[in-house]
Amino acid sequence: MAPIIFYFFAVIALSSAVLVISCRNPVHSVLALIATFFSVAGLFVLLGAEFLAMLMMIVYVGAVAVLFLFVVMMLDIDFVELRVGFSRYLPAGIIFGAVLVFELGIMLGDWTFSDSFARNMTSPIPTDVTNTIALSKVIYTKYIYLFQLAGLILFVAMIGAIVLTFRPNSNVKRQNVVEQMQRDGASSVKVVDIKPGQGL
Amino acid sequence: MLIDSLVALSPEIMLSIYSMVVVMVGVFSKTKSMDVSLLWLSCLMFCFISLIIALTEPSDIYAFNGAFKLDGFSQFFKIVILLSSGLILAMSKDYLSRYNLLNFEYSALICLSVVGMMIMVSASNLMAVYLGLELQSLSLYVIAAFRRDSLKSTEAGLKYFVLGALSSGLFLYGASLVYGFTGTTGFEEISGVILDEGLSTGVLFGLIFILGGMAFKVSAVPFHMWTPDVYEGSPTPVTTFFAIVPKLAAIAMLARLLFVPFGNAISEWQQILVFLSISSMLIGSIAAIGQSNIKRLMAYSSISHIGFALIGLTVGSSEGLSAVIIYMFIYVIANFGVFAFILNMQRDGVSVTDISSLSLYSRVNSIRAFCLSLIILSLAGLPPLVGFFGKVFIFKAAINSGFVPLVIVGGLSSVIGAFYYLRMVYLIYFGEVSDRLGGSMPFINQVVLTTSAIAVTLGSINLFGIQGFVSVISTTFLG
Repeated sequence: MAPIIFYFFAVIALSSAVLVISCRNPVHSVLALIATFFSVAGLFVLLGAEFLAMLMMIVYVGAVAVLFLFVVMMLDIDFVELRVGFSRYLPAGIIFGAVLVFELGIMLGDWTFSDSFARNMTSPIPTDVTNTIALSKVIYTKYIYLFQLAGLILFVAMIGAIVLTFRPNSNVKRQNVVEQMQRDGASSVKVVDIKPGQGL
Repeated sequence: MLIDSLVALSPEIMLSIYSMVVVMVGVFSKTKSMDVSLLWLSCLMFCFISLIIALTEPSDIYAFNGAFKLDGFSQFFKIVILLSSGLILAMSKDYLSRYNLLNFEYSALICLSVVGMMIMVSASNLMAVYLGLELQSLSLYVIAAFRRDSLKSTEAGLKYFVLGALSSGLFLYGASLVYGFTGTTGFEEISGVILDEGLSTGVLFGLIFILGGMAFKVSAVPFHMWTPDVYEGSPTPVTTFFAIVPKLAAIAMLARLLFVPFGNAISEWQQILVFLSISSMLIGSIAAIGQSNIKRLMAYSSISHIGFALIGLTVGSSEGLSAVIIYMFIYVIANFGVFAFILNMQRDGVSVTDISSLSLYSRVNSIRAFCLSLIILSLAGLPPLVGFFGKVFIFKAAINSGFVPLVIVGGLSSVIGAFYYLRMVYLIYFGEVSDRLGGSMPFINQVVLTTSAIAVTLGSINLFGIQGFVSVISTTFLG
């Protein structure tokens, strides 16, 4: 059963990845990207890496792909204009790509693994706890330094996003929460009794 | 165990907590005067932390399972990085407030990028290298685009970001290949695997990709195309920072990457470095001739200087490494002087960066003109100024290890490079009569300009006394 599921997800992943770069309509590209992420998440479940699969769904599908979709739909980008230089750069791109593929082919031909790699491969996935617990056991102990560094990078990203996009506007009227809480009916509402036929 | 690691990392921890405090205080105070005081406080903080590092006894300490290494080499580079960043912040205060760029975010981002550089310099694990590199680069992308209303600055930021992301991708691809074929990301462990089992093709490819990514960070040819555009587009204080501090960090990190994990594959990376250094020296010197913008010219000048520094790394001996450290030190000192001047190149209150505006500056202020000329001549490598001795050390190390062709190309490109440096000096003294530059300059920049000029002159007597110290560092570094 597992091979069938694997091929099912793999075929979807590959074909939708091809669609991402071949679709004319950018919205279709993003939708194909989401399909790719979904099928890769399926492959992760098949491998027993359920945490990564969920992460893939939440982060890539839930945040990144939806963000792309918003960018594509909201921003007025002329994709035809972006493709103008494409044919001009195509020959150079093909040459460099071919050289790279050729070199990587050489590397595949001489594929030797180090002894320690085999040791890493056989280090068993813990079966008594879930992925999440197993991961948290090393992230907060052995890799705490790297984990905190990643947090610092996110901090920089946050500052950067605010610095580059936030324009303080003095005309905006903001709610003063304390003042708002102090208001009561007596001070805010004036009840006027208007007699019929008299007006104010 | 954890406590020992935290103690070893305390300067970085302090600086990152400090930058968070800067952000918090800046957000809640919202006053311009607080932004100014945070800038000065950051300068003080940089000096304070470099003092802490200087007072730490140099010894090889590993922290966090070998991801972080504290040794004399990293201590030296951290001190230079911290002091330079503090000085650049102080120098740029005037320019920043003139263009209304003096925000607390600027100080905070500079602090965070310095944290990233300190981590890069000490990193002893491919993952730590990558995270330090990203922390540094991400902050730099933002400050390159700091002048949001200027099209050029935004373009510089975006260009730097896109190309930087590409180079990080190259680096990561190489790192994943190295991890895949050696089974470890620790530097010492990779070195051990290469020693035991030889260099497999996969590791070699990983090394090449890693070097490609690193060549981008030090802006060595053929990965240099971003440098002139980013230097020209960014606000001048940011250009000053780019020209000095990240270069130091990237060279230190490149040295560690080459000598520690791949120290047993020296003949493989030597070929790559020979190509990088020859092309950087030649293209840096030749392309600078056609430039009319002084920031672009300094970009090409930095490319060719990096080419010279790479000769020292190519040599692969401790003599070469100490020549690199001395060369970078001299480069930093001369660049401080030049940028202290460029920061205040203005005509009628508007900043100008074209070289022709240097014309007859000697008649505006003869002392400053003389100082600037001395520094430029030192950059060109004219004896008896200290820039000449920097090149001599590099060439001597190369000759002692039999890299004579590199020395010949190096000599040739310094002769070509001397042309555009001398043209600047010519303009300062004998240029055409045109609108001259304004004469005002803040006190700090005057001090830096004069000190740098004195240093490049008197430094040739004893090389600031760092020579013995540096050779001890590099000998212990190569172990």
